[in-house]
This record gives sequence, C-alpha cells and structure tokens, in this order.
Amino acid sequence: MTENAFEHGEVDKIIESHSHEKSALIAVLQEIENSYGYLPAWTLRQVSEKLEVPLIQVYGVASFYDAFHLTPRGKHLIRVCLGTACYLRGSTRVLEALERELGIKDGETTPDLEFSIQSVRCLGACALAPVTIIDERYFDKMTPTKINSVLKRVQRKNEKS
Amino acid sequence: MKKVRTHQELVALRNSLLENRDPNKPCVRVCISTGCRARGSLDVLQAFRDEVTKQGSGTDVDVKQTGCHGFCERGPVVVIGPKEIFYQGVKPSDVPEVVSKILHNWEVVDRLLYVNPATHQKVLCETEVPFYKMQTRRILANNGRIDPTSILDYIAVGGYQALAKAITAMSGENIIDTVEKSGLRGLGGGGFPTGRKWRSCREAKGNLKFVIGNGDEGDPGAFSDRSLMEANPHSILEGMIIGAYAIGVNQGYLYVRTEYPLALKHLQIAIDQAKECGFLGKGILGSKFDLDIKIIRGGGAFVCGESSALVASIEGKVGEPRAKYIHTVEQGLWNKPTNLNNVKTWACVPLIINNGADWYAKIGTAKCKGTAIFSLVGKVNNTGLIEVPMGTPLKQIIYDIGGGILEDKKFKAVQTGGPSGGCIPEELLDLPVDFDKLTEAGSMMGSGGMIVMDEATCMVDVARYFLDFLQYESCGKCAPCREGVKRMLEIVTNITAGRAKKEDLELLQELAEMVKDFSLCGLGRTSPNTVLSTLKYFRDEYQTHVKDKKCSAGICKDLIEYSILEDKCTGCGACLKLCPQQAIQGEPKNPHTIDPSKCIRCGVCRDACPFEAIMVN
Repeated sequence: MTENAFEHGEVDKIIESHSHEKSALIAVLQEIENSYGYLPAWTLRQVSEKLEVPLIQVYGVASFYDAFHLTPRGKHLIRVCLGTACYLRGSTRVLEALERELGIKDGETTPDLEFSIQSVRCLGACALAPVTIIDERYFDKMTPTKINSVLKRVQRKNEKS
Repeated sequence: MKKVRTHQELVALRNSLLENRDPNKPCVRVCISTGCRARGSLDVLQAFRDEVTKQGSGTDVDVKQTGCHGFCERGPVVVIGPKEIFYQGVKPSDVPEVVSKILHNWEVVDRLLYVNPATHQKVLCETEVPFYKMQTRRILANNGRIDPTSILDYIAVGGYQALAKAITAMSGENIIDTVEKSGLRGLGGGGFPTGRKWRSCREAKGNLKFVIGNGDEGDPGAFSDRSLMEANPHSILEGMIIGAYAIGVNQGYLYVRTEYPLALKHLQIAIDQAKECGFLGKGILGSKFDLDIKIIRGGGAFVCGESSALVASIEGKVGEPRAKYIHTVEQGLWNKPTNLNNVKTWACVPLIINNGADWYAKIGTAKCKGTAIFSLVGKVNNTGLIEVPMGTPLKQIIYDIGGGILEDKKFKAVQTGGPSGGCIPEELLDLPVDFDKLTEAGSMMGSGGMIVMDEATCMVDVARYFLDFLQYESCGKCAPCREGVKRMLEIVTNITAGRAKKEDLELLQELAEMVKDFSLCGLGRTSPNTVLSTLKYFRDEYQTHVKDKKCSAGICKDLIEYSILEDKCTGCGACLKLCPQQAIQGEPKNPHTIDPSKCIRCGVCRDACPFEAIMVN
C-alpha cells in the first residue's frame, strides 16, 4: 500500500471518530486493519502522532494481538482451527496439506498475494471439527484430501467474480 | 418502540405480546448460530420463509431464527412448535415437504427425525432425545426458543421482569444478599462467590465504578459463552444491569472475542434495543439509575480472558496481567473499583432474582450450586453444548448425554478447563463435576470445555499441544511462565521425537511445579496442569516414549512408520495417486509398498484406502 494524502485522510478520519482517545488505540488499529487488510508501517507512525501515544507502545500493541498483521495478506484468508477438538480430529494434517499445496508456511502469504494461511486456536465451532474457514465460509470435517477441491472451488468463484 | 417507564408498563407490554400470539399456531424455529450456520441453516431459513408464502397464506405458519439449540452435531437443527417436533440435518430441499406436512394435519417427515442409537427408534420431540433428556437447562433454557435479535421475544418469555423487580422493589443490599444466598459462583472457571465479589465492589471507596462482562472465551474447545451471546444476549445484559444497579455503577463494558462476529453483532443489536426500550441509558425504567454498556472487541489474545489483562486491554494497552494483591474490585479499570464476571454468571442473575435464591440453590452440590455448562467435544458421538446440575458424574455426561465414544473406541481421558485444566483418566469417571472436585483431580472447570479423548489419542502429544498453545499465548511478563513453559515444551517435544533421556521426566516435573508456584497470574499458575495431570495419570505413556521410543497411540510422527498390509491391499492405487511425496510404489492390482525414507507420515494414504490396508506401527 503506497502512502498518499488520501489514505492519510482515511486514517485521520478513523482516529477522529474515536475522539482522539488514547484508550481507543486497539479499536483504531482494528479499523485500519479492516480497511487495509494489515497495518502498514506508516499508519502506525500516524496513529502514534495523532493519538500522542509513543510509537513503541503502538508497535507493542500491534505486535501483541493476533488480530493485527504487519505485512500484507492474500486476497483469500485461510484460517485453520487448531483448537483442541479440531486438533484431536486431525487439523494439523489439514494445515500441513495446505502448506504443501500452496508452498507457504502457516502465517505466510503466497507471492502472488492470492492466499494467506493462518492457524487459529479455536473458533468455537468444535462440532464441525476439524474446521477450516476460507474468507467467511466454514468448511467442516476437513481432511487433507479435501483441500484440493476446496481450493479449486475458491479459485473458480474468484474467476467468475 | 416506546420507552418502558414502569414495572406495570413492562407487565402490560408482555401481556399484550402474549395475547397477540396464538399459542397453537405452528412456528418453525431454525437455528442460525455459528455451528448450524456453517452447515447452511441460513439457506434453510430462507427456504422456509419462501415456502410458507408459496404454500400457505404466509401468515398461517411463523418462521423464526433462533440461537444455538446445543446439538450442533446434528445441524442444521429445526424445531417446529408448539408440538416441538425436532428435525435434524435439514436441507433447503427438505423444506417444501416439511411445510406441506405442517399444513396438512401435522404429518411428520420421518427421515428428518433423530434416531436414538441405543434403541434404533425415531424420536419426535427435542425433550425425548437422550442428549437433551438428561440435561437441566436454566441458563440455556431460552436458547433455541427466542429470536436473539428481538427484544420483544425476550420480553415475551419474561425478560427484563427481574430488572423491573430489582429496581422497583429491591435495594442494592437486598440484591447482593439474594445473590450471595443463592451460592452463585463465577462460571468463567474461577468459581469465586459472585455475591461476595459484588459486595466488595459496592463497599470499595469511590464514586466512579465499572462492571465488565467477560466474553473473551479463549479456551480452545469451549464455546458456551459464544452460544449464549449469540442466542440470548439480553439475558446477559439484564444480569449486568441488575448487577450495576446493586453495586452502584453507571458504566459497563462487554469484552468479546474478535473471533465471534455473530456474538458481537447480536450483542450490539441487543444493546441498541435495550436503550430504545429504556432498560439502558438515562433513568432506567423511570428510576434515577443510569447505565451505559459498551462493547469492546478483543484483539485475539488468550491472556485477555484473565481479568487484569482484560482490563489493560480495554485501556488500550498490551494485555498483560498484574499481581493480584491489588484486587480489581478495589482498583480495576482506570484504577477504579471494577466488578468483572463471565457472561454466563451475569445471565444467572435474572434467574435468581425472578425465582429466588432457594430455587437456584436447590440443585447442585454442597458448595457448588446451580448448573454448569460444558462444551462436550472431541472423540464423542454427540458433540454439543450441555447444561447439567453441578455434581453430575463425568460418566453420565460422556456416555448418557454424549452417547459414548466415536466409532466405539475405548475411552482414555477427558480434558476439562482448557489449557489451565488437566486430563482426567478412566478410573475417575465417577467424579461428580463441580469447581472443587475438578480442582482436586488436578484439573479445573475453566470455560467449560470438556474434551473427550479415546485410545487413539497420545497423552504426551496432548501435553505438547497445550504447552505449544501456552508458550505462544504467554504474554511474556513474568519469567516462570515465559521461560518455564518454553523449556517444558522443549522437553516434551524431545519426548515425542524420541530424543529424551530418562532424567528428563524428573526435570519436567520440577519445572512444572516451579511454574505453578511462581507465575504471576492465574493462567500462568495453572499452565502446567496438563503436564502434571498426564505425568500423574499417564506416566507409563511418557515412559514408553522415553525408554522404548514408541508411541502406542500412533500419533507422534518421529516414532511411527506407515506400511501397507499385503493381504488387504488390492492394488487399487488410491493411495499412490494421493501421496504427496510419491513414496508409494506398486503395479495396479498388486499390493503396494511405502518407502519409509520418503514418507512424511501425513496419513493421506490411510484416509484414501477403502480397504483399511494402511498400518501405523
């Protein structure tokens, strides 16, 4: 994401909507993450300046919480649940199969910015174990052998739209 | 919506709602909570809406969205009132037939009924399904009955009556006395007496105080808070409003996991509606009491379920706990007295005010009253959300409600309390579950996750799993947890990889005791529980890993090898095609073989084999 005046204005608007409250730091970062898909470095500097919170604290919060990312992420976010119920029913095998298929590791993004893989610790959908969520869609009782067809389905939908 | 200004107005509103509703009119209730939604219940709901207009007048059958019924295993779940016919696994294509049969003398669609696996008989009503029959639903009673996005639905089942009673007829002291007498204890897992906490906060010095609802259910394998927030958000709000009134608080916060988008949405709708009706905001129900409740979306950190870390997170800081010699009830959020309770605890409050302390304390054990909610998951037949009286034996939960172990395998252990809990072995299956008994057994109640493990589960691997979780989630503030858990993980990983030495088990035990004694917060102090309990109850498994370099459950990758049984393999080639490593060779129609040097033990071949010819040694 390149930096320009328009985008600076967007971030300012978010900060203003929280009345420049220091305690709204997490909420502000959540909104920036929602708009950009991650937290570009310049947004952290801008938040620090405008909220008058030291940059180290902004960075501390941004790197502490799992909801924030400091690098761009793919168009499709694949979340593999590694909660206990999913783990017992073989979710690591699903994760490994995905990593093999896409050639990236957990937490990484494919070079063409199509897919990101992120493991999560429990989505609270244990009855669907092992569960994988691609974008907002839940895939229940996943197995390594289902990966291929699921990925193809996502890509096909992508081509159509 | 007009503001409700008095108790009488609320009663009148409820009566008019009930008068306008025909109790004999068919009402289709479709679960739209996360579990059923993932299996397509939104399409089912739409199909019902369309079909009712198409086949009938559009008004002769009501269609309603509801929260979680609990039996997530069988979703999408649809219940048809007032006959309470229970349909499971409903697809949009089933809908025309269901609607047509309702309109024609209430005929039943047989194939959608639940079959009791024990008797092989079809079951008509929800209450006859063994999964529900053995439960006592109090907190979850209205889940699956009301539309979570409709405050009128909540009012129709008696909602906000407890608030009206509290505000018009009870003093703060009265309310706290009642809650104390009921024996209610914190259902987030700690089990601290709720009334005592409220009293301390009420008596704490200062005018500015806060109440917080903790919906940051981070324990893997637990989803009771999610279900409640999604299905009955008003019950949580009502409890919080009563608590705030009793303690003397004008600002509340609901801290909810960012991983729960539907819960966040339903709670926000509930807050907006409650404000519109005058249950929140200025001059609640015509009194002088003001309260505002704001939702805070969590940042995805497990440690924020701990009260002082949660408070730091609301303040916009990194979620690090602090030492507990300063109590949150005296100095919590922004150093002001703060009363924090789990959302389930808050939801109990209206029940206690409405029915009285004695009613609440009527069930349960000597020191733990009322009910407990568990997410029954793992290798069990009936996965779902259950509510049982405190003191119900584990065996009854797993076998009678849970329907026993998947694929009739042998039970090995049950893990409760998430990463803070421990593993309970078969010999303790008669244990009546409550806060104290679980702690005595080396586990804890926690967020109510109950994860059933079968013979194909490696207990050393389970310990490794939780340590891996904990070292990732440790906030890093105190050394015992930050370093101790990491070193424990190293040792256990070595054990699962067959690299451990005999003395490593003693070192592991010593480290675990150290972390337990010296960590700063509750989560740190309970973090070694899985290690300690597995070392205590499943030591032989550790020893097999260390001495014989074997994993009898066939889980630890470095200690197992895949092979093909010659007499079972038909040479169909299913495994050969799918093997990601090209480690399988063989001619069609001849037994295949696996090259162990290429095999990465991913198990794809075993999934693919229709003849059970793949063996794990």
